[in-house]
Amino acid sequence: MAHPTETTFPRVLMQHAAQRPARPAYREKYLGIWQTDTWRAAADKVRSIAAGLAHLGFKRGMSLAVIGDNRPFLYQAMLAAQALGGVAVPLYQDAVAAEMVYVLKDADVRFAIVEDQEQVDKLLELSEQVPDLHHIFYIDPRGLRNYDHGHLKPIDALMAMGAAHQAAHPGFIDAEIAQGSEEDVCVILYTSGTTGRPKGVCQTYRSMLGAGRGACQVDGLNDQDDMMAYLPMAWVGDFLFSMAQCMASGFTVNCPESRETVSADMKEIGPTYYFAPPRVYEGLLTSVTIRMEDAGRLKRSMFGFFMSVARRCGADLLDGRPVSTTDRLLYALGNLLVYGPLRNTLGMTRIRVAYTAGEAIGPDLFRFYRSIGINLKQLYGQTESCAYACIQPDGQVKYDSVGVPSPGMEIRIGDNSEVLVRGVSLLKEYYRNPAATAEVIDADGFFHTGDAGVIDSDGHLRIIDRAKDVSKMADGKVFAPKYIENKLKFFSFIKEAVVFGAGRESIGAFINIDFEAVGNWAERRNIAYSGYIDLAGNPAVGDLIRECVEKMNEELSGEQMLGHAQIARFLILHKELDPDDDELTRTRKVRRGFVEGKYRPLIDALYGGLGEQFIETDVRFEDGRTGKVSATLRIHDARTFAVQGGRS
Amino acid sequence: MTDAARDLILEVRGVSLSFGGVHALTDISFDVRRGEIRAIIGPNGAGKSSMLNCINGAYRPQKGEFIFDGQPIAEVNPHRMASLGVARTFQNLALFKGMSVLDNIMTGRTLRMKSNLLLQAFRLGVAEREETAHREYVENIIDFLGIQAWRKTPVGTLPYGLQKRVDLGRALAMEPKLLLLDEPMAGMNVEEKQDMCRFILDVNDEFGTTIVLIEHDMSVVMDISSRVVVLDYGRKIADGSPDEVRANPDVISAYLGTEH
Repeated sequence: MAHPTETTFPRVLMQHAAQRPARPAYREKYLGIWQTDTWRAAADKVRSIAAGLAHLGFKRGMSLAVIGDNRPFLYQAMLAAQALGGVAVPLYQDAVAAEMVYVLKDADVRFAIVEDQEQVDKLLELSEQVPDLHHIFYIDPRGLRNYDHGHLKPIDALMAMGAAHQAAHPGFIDAEIAQGSEEDVCVILYTSGTTGRPKGVCQTYRSMLGAGRGACQVDGLNDQDDMMAYLPMAWVGDFLFSMAQCMASGFTVNCPESRETVSADMKEIGPTYYFAPPRVYEGLLTSVTIRMEDAGRLKRSMFGFFMSVARRCGADLLDGRPVSTTDRLLYALGNLLVYGPLRNTLGMTRIRVAYTAGEAIGPDLFRFYRSIGINLKQLYGQTESCAYACIQPDGQVKYDSVGVPSPGMEIRIGDNSEVLVRGVSLLKEYYRNPAATAEVIDADGFFHTGDAGVIDSDGHLRIIDRAKDVSKMADGKVFAPKYIENKLKFFSFIKEAVVFGAGRESIGAFINIDFEAVGNWAERRNIAYSGYIDLAGNPAVGDLIRECVEKMNEELSGEQMLGHAQIARFLILHKELDPDDDELTRTRKVRRGFVEGKYRPLIDALYGGLGEQFIETDVRFEDGRTGKVSATLRIHDARTFAVQGGRS
Repeated sequence: MTDAARDLILEVRGVSLSFGGVHALTDISFDVRRGEIRAIIGPNGAGKSSMLNCINGAYRPQKGEFIFDGQPIAEVNPHRMASLGVARTFQNLALFKGMSVLDNIMTGRTLRMKSNLLLQAFRLGVAEREETAHREYVENIIDFLGIQAWRKTPVGTLPYGLQKRVDLGRALAMEPKLLLLDEPMAGMNVEEKQDMCRFILDVNDEFGTTIVLIEHDMSVVMDISSRVVVLDYGRKIADGSPDEVRANPDVISAYLGTEH
C-alpha cells in the first residue's frame, strides 16, 4: 500500500487512519496480553488527548513533557500536542528530579504526561522550582490514590474532558491539525551533553519526516513491518524509529511489558526491524556464549563446527557474494540445526534489517550476527541530524565504517578531520540559543559534528574519535583515546575503559570489568568473590585483564598510524562508572574531564610509578541517597610491542 | 455493636499458648483496626510467630478467644481462617519450588474457584470463563509486584527477594481481609527491604488490606506501621504508636538489655 504523503505527524496519522484503519499502529503487553491500538483507535485517542489539552488551555507553540518507559499513550500524547501545534519534549525517564529542572524550565513546560508514580513524585518534588508546570497526567494510577489531585489527574480524566470538548466543538481538532505546517518544530530533544548544559535541539516535521522517509527508501520499510520500542523516548533514535519512521512507513510500534521482559517480548513479537546499541548485541552474545559453555558436549561441538562454517561464508551469503556449493550445503544444514534455533532464541527469526549505532562495534561481534543470517548494519547521526547522516546500504556493510551519506545528505571532512554534515535532516536551531546554533552551523549550512573521521576508498565514513579528544602525546604523535578504548571494549571481559596520554610520554588506562563475564570466568575457575569490588581486585582477574591489554597492544603494533598508542600501565576500577555519579552520560558515554578530576590520585599513581593506590569516592544510589566506596587498587604494567613497519 | 467495635477487624482476648511446660504466649490481648498496618515485634523467641500461628489457626491456644470481623470464632483452624479471609506469608517461604511464578500465585485463587474438578479438567464453559477471570486477577498482582519477567520461571530458581514477592503475591491472590506477614524482610539486603516496604504500603493503600506483620528489625517496622505490639518472653510489654513504643523503657531494655 502507498506510503503517506502528508507533511506533519498528526496529518500523516489521520492519513494512516483513513488508509489502513484496522492495521495495528501500536502494541503494548499489559497483564500478560498484547493489547493493540489500530491506526483508527490511535487517531481517536490522539484526538481525545488533544481536545483535553485544548480544554485546559494548551495552545499553539506550547510544549508538553512526556516522561516514562515506552508506552503507546506517551507516543500518542506527543502526537496530541503536535495536533494542537505544540511541541513534544520527551525526558529521560531515569533522570533524577534535579536533572529534570533545567529541561522543564528551558522548554517552558506547563503540561506533562507521565507514566507512573515514580515520575509523578519527581515532578511534585520540583513544584517549587518549576511553578509553571500546572498540569500533570499519569497513565498508571498505582500508588497515586491518596495524592492531592488538584493539578494531578489520570489520563482517563484528560480523555474524558477531551470527549466533552469534542462534542461541544466538533471539527476543532481537525481544524487545528490542518493549520500545522512542515516548517513547525515538532520535538525538542535535549542533548545529554558531555560538557556544559543540555541544549534543546529543535527538529521540524520536514527534517524528521525527511529522515524517516529516507530510511524507508533505503530498507523498504512498510506497514507490514514490526519494531520494538524499548530505548529511552528522550533519545533521538527512539523518536526517529518509533515516531518518524513509524509515520513514514506505517509499521507497528511494539512496547514491551517492562524493561526486564524485552527479550521475552521480542521472542513473542518477532520484530522485522530492530535497533540496538552495540552493548545490547554484546549482552545477547555474552549470554549465548555462557549458555553454550553450559551445554552438553554434543551441542557444544555442533555449535563450534557450524559457527566456523558461518564465520567462513555466512556474511558472504548475506551480501550475495559467490560461495562454494559445499559451503552452501553446510550452511543450509547449519541453518536448520544451529542458526535458525539461535535466531529464534534471540527473538530475531523475522528480522529483515537490524541496526546499531552510537558506539563502535567490535569486528567479532558484528561478524557473529551477520554470519548467522541477521542483516546487521550501522548508521550514523546525531540529535542535530535526526540520527540520520550516514547509513550502510545492503551489500555494502563493513564493521569499521558507518556507511555512505544517507539519501538527501552530504558529508565533508573539515579541519582536525572533523565530520561536517548537510542536508534534509538538520536541526532548525538550538532552543533559545542562537549563539550555540551559530557555533555549530557554518556559512555553507554544514553542521559541525565534533566527530573526527576519515572517508575510505569506497566512500564510506569511518569515525575514529571525538575531534576535541584527538590530541598529541608528549612526542607529538596522535592520541585518539576512543580508538584505543573501543579496542579494549571489544574484549568481553572489559565493560568500559578510559585511557590517558594527552601530553604524556606513555599511555595509561582505567578499566571496568564486565561483572557478568568475569564473574562467570571466575566461577569456572573456583575463584570465590563476594561482590563487584572483591572481584575487580582479585589478582587472577588482574592477570586476565593484563592478557587482554597485551593482546590489544600486539594488535595495535601492526598499525602504522596508531601503533605507538599501546598501553603501558593500567588499573582496574573498584566501581562501575555510572551515569548516576555523573561519570557517564545518560547514553553511557564517558565524561572524560569529570572522570579525570574525580580520580586524580589514581592517574597520579599510574604515572608516578606506584604499585598501588587507595581511593575513596562518593556514589549515588537510584533513590538519590549518597554513600562512599573505597578500595586500594593495584596498578599493573603491560608489555608493549615494537611497531611493525614504523621508523621508531 | 459499638462504632469502635465495628472498626475492629480482629480482637485477640487473653490468648495463652504453651507447649508442654514452655509458655510461648501468656495472656495476650490486642486488637487490629480495619485498614491499618499493625506490627508485632519482639526479640528472637518472644512468641511472635506463635502469635501469628494462633491467628492463622495453625496453633490452638489453650486459653483465650478471637473475634474476627465482629464474630467470635468458635473453632480456629487454617482452612476456616482462610475462608474467612485471612491470608499469610511464611518466614521460610512455603512455595511450590518446581512450579512457575504464575502457577504459584494461581494456587492462591483455589478457595475462590466455584467450578468442580470435572469441569476444570476438561476446561468446559464455566470453568474456562472462571479461569480467565482468575488469571486476570493474578495478572494484576503480577503487574503490581513487577514480576512480569519471571511469570513462567520456576520459583525455585529465583533469588530469595523475588521468592518473597511471589509468596506475597500468592497471599494477595486470596483477596484477604486480613493479611499476615511473617518476617517479610528477613534475609533481605537494604534495597530489597525498601522494595518490600513499598509493596506493603502499596498493598495497604491500593487494596485497602489490613496487615499484621511480624518483624524483629525495629527500624523498618517503625516507619511503616500505624500501631505496634511488643512481645517479650511470651508477654505483651507494650502496645501503641511507634513513637510511644520507642520511648517505652520496657521495650528499650528488652531490646538492648537492662542497664546495670
